[in-house]
Amino acid sequence: MDDQCHPIPHYTLPRLPYAYDALEPYISKEIMELHHLKHHQGYVDALNKIEVELAKPPTFDYYAGRQDPEDLQDRIVLQAAFFFNIGGHVNHSLFWKNLAPHTKDGVNGGGVLREGSLEEAIVQYFGCFDRFKKTFDSATLGIQGSGWGWLVRLNLSTGGLEIVTTVNQDRLLAHFPIIGVDIWEHAYYLQYKNVKAEYLENIWNVINFEEAQMRFDEAKKLYEEGRKKSEAGSGSDV
Amino acid sequence: MSAQHTLPPLPYAYDALEPHISRQIMELHHTKHHQTYVNALNAAEIAYAKASTPKERIALQAALRFNGGGHINHSLFWENLAPASANGGVLRDGPLREAIVPFQNTFNTTTAGIQGSGWGWLGLNPSSKRLEIVTTANQDPLLSHVPIIGVDIWEHAFYLQYLNVKANYLKAIWNVINFEEAERRYVEAINGSRL
Repeated sequence: MDDQCHPIPHYTLPRLPYAYDALEPYISKEIMELHHLKHHQGYVDALNKIEVELAKPPTFDYYAGRQDPEDLQDRIVLQAAFFFNIGGHVNHSLFWKNLAPHTKDGVNGGGVLREGSLEEAIVQYFGCFDRFKKTFDSATLGIQGSGWGWLVRLNLSTGGLEIVTTVNQDRLLAHFPIIGVDIWEHAYYLQYKNVKAEYLENIWNVINFEEAQMRFDEAKKLYEEGRKKSEAGSGSDV
Repeated sequence: MSAQHTLPPLPYAYDALEPHISRQIMELHHTKHHQTYVNALNAAEIAYAKASTPKERIALQAALRFNGGGHINHSLFWENLAPASANGGVLRDGPLREAIVPFQNTFNTTTAGIQGSGWGWLGLNPSSKRLEIVTTANQDPLLSHVPIIGVDIWEHAFYLQYLNVKANYLKAIWNVINFEEAERRYVEAINGSRL
C-alpha cells in the first residue's frame, strides 16, 4: 500500500480542554500531565507505528503457495496491538472531554448534574442520583485488574441507561458512552495510592455532566432514528 | 474450606530493596495490596463454604480466583526478591544460570508488553523440562508451569517510583531478584518433586 492511493492513517493526541492543574484538588496536575502526555501519547505513538507496519504488503511464500506463516503470525500480533492501542486512544479521548474543572452549579464546568433529560433518566433507571453513583462506584471498584467504568445508553433495545465495565483498553461496542471513568492504577495511584474508593468519590466533582447530557441527547437521537428505520419496515420482523 | 490465610511477613525490611524498589512501594504493596487479597480471600472462602447451590458457588469463583491468585502470586513474589546483602541480583554459576541466559532480554520486553495488569514469569514447562517465559493476566496464578521467577507488572508495583516508565522498573528489579530461591525452585522442579 503506497501513500498516494491508500494514505496511512495517522493519529494525534487531542489537546486537553483545560489546564493540567484545572482538576485540582480532585485529580492532581502530576497525574494529568503523566496521564495525557505519557500514557495517552503512548497509545497514539504505538498506533502510528502499527499502522506503518500494517501498511506493508503481506509476504507471500511462493514455494508454499501461501502467505508466509511467520508473517501471518506477526500480523495477528499486530492486530491485537492495534485493538489495544486504539482502545486506549478512543477511551482516553472520551475521558478528557468527560472531565471538567469543578463548579458549584455545573455551568460551563463539572461536578453538578443539572435538571434535564439525563437527570430524569438517571432517576428513572436508578431511583436517585446517589444510588446511581453508589452502583457506578461499586461496579467500577469491582473490576479485577485494569479497566473502565461506564454509564452507557443502550442503543439497541430499550434505549435505557446502564452501568457497564470494560477491561484493559477494550472499547464499548454495543453501548453509547455517557460517562466513563478510568480505573487503571495510573489514573489515580500517585494521589490516592491503593485507596481507589477515594479517587472515585472525588472524581464526581470533576465529571463533565454537560458533556454527558450532550452525549445522552445524541444517543437518544441515534436510537430514535434507528427505531424509525426498523419500524418503517425492514421486512425481517416477525 | 481451609483455615484462614494470613499475610506472610516480608523476609527483609521494607527499605531493604532500595534503591531498586522504594520503601514506600514495598510498604503499600505488602501491607495494603497483599493484605487486601488475603482479607478478601478469607471472606470469599467463608462465603463459599456456606454456599449450597452451584449458582452460589459459581458466583464466588471469580473472587476466589482473583484474591487467591493475588495471595499466591504475591507470596511467591516477596520470596523471589532479596536485598543485596542476601545476594539479591547475584546469579552464580550453576544449573539455573545456564538455563536462564537466553531469556534475560526477552523477559523484560514480554512482560512490558502485557496489555493491562498481570505478571511476567520465568516458568518451567513440566513436560519439556525447559524454562519458558509466560505471562498471566490480572491475578491469575501460574498453573501451566512451575514458577521460577515472577515479576509483578501491575502499576501499583512500580508507579510511585518509576511512573509510566515500566522499562526502568524491569531493568532495576533484576538487581533484587533472589536467584538463590529461583535456583532452589528450578532444581526442585527439574527433579520432579513439584510436579
